[in-house]
Amino acid sequence: MATSRVRIQEADFDIGAELAALQGGRTDVGAVASFVGCVRGHTREDDISALTLEHYPGMTERAIEAMIVEAEARFGVQAALVIHRTGRLLPGERIVLVAVAAPHRRAAFQGCEFLMDYLKTHAPFWKKESTPQGERWVDARVADDEALRRWGLASDNAPGEASPSKP
Amino acid sequence: MKLTLKYFASLRETLGAGGALEWTPEAEPTAAALRAWLRTQSPAHAQALAPGRAVRVAVDQALADESATLRDGAEVAFFPPVTGG
Repeated sequence: MATSRVRIQEADFDIGAELAALQGGRTDVGAVASFVGCVRGHTREDDISALTLEHYPGMTERAIEAMIVEAEARFGVQAALVIHRTGRLLPGERIVLVAVAAPHRRAAFQGCEFLMDYLKTHAPFWKKESTPQGERWVDARVADDEALRRWGLASDNAPGEASPSKP
Repeated sequence: MKLTLKYFASLRETLGAGGALEWTPEAEPTAAALRAWLRTQSPAHAQALAPGRAVRVAVDQALADESATLRDGAEVAFFPPVTGG
């Protein structure tokens, strides 16, 4: 296939077309699972008028590619696709698509969740929220590290908690 | 040693995007030693890279421990905890 399985782009994506391409007419794929993350128009505290996403070109693609390789090894994932948007996004707009093809549903669901948990804590993206009080960078969440640790991987992205995996 | 320094997100806003850097380490050239040296470059650096601040480091485009030894020509990036997805 000519298109890359890790795409960082400002443009939106067509979920139906991407899922069809991921399966690609194969007859050994039994399940395709996908996750779509969207911009919420409010947090607990504030209304959000926009989200601006920055990333580290080069490292982002390498990090996500390594995550896909790990998902293939762990779950027998047959094909995977990650599209992540950057730039300024409005509430309701799509941010990220993670899609996974596997022989059976369990591997597809698990591979998809694993990739998303991994991406949240290890892919170099940063979100900035526009609120009525001005702009502010989003804080990393300890809960996202805990989600990745459930897969047996060390994760110390968010501040404020001592690492159980390092001295 | 020659390094390529990069900052992202809030660090980029206060310190700029980074660039080519000539650094003469006084001891083992680790990421932590580089961060400590950068703190001496300006009050803004001292604050943004203060020891208590949550700053992550990548060496040659892979997340690294601050104890990582830097090679000549390495790309070193400092940034806040990531928040994608």
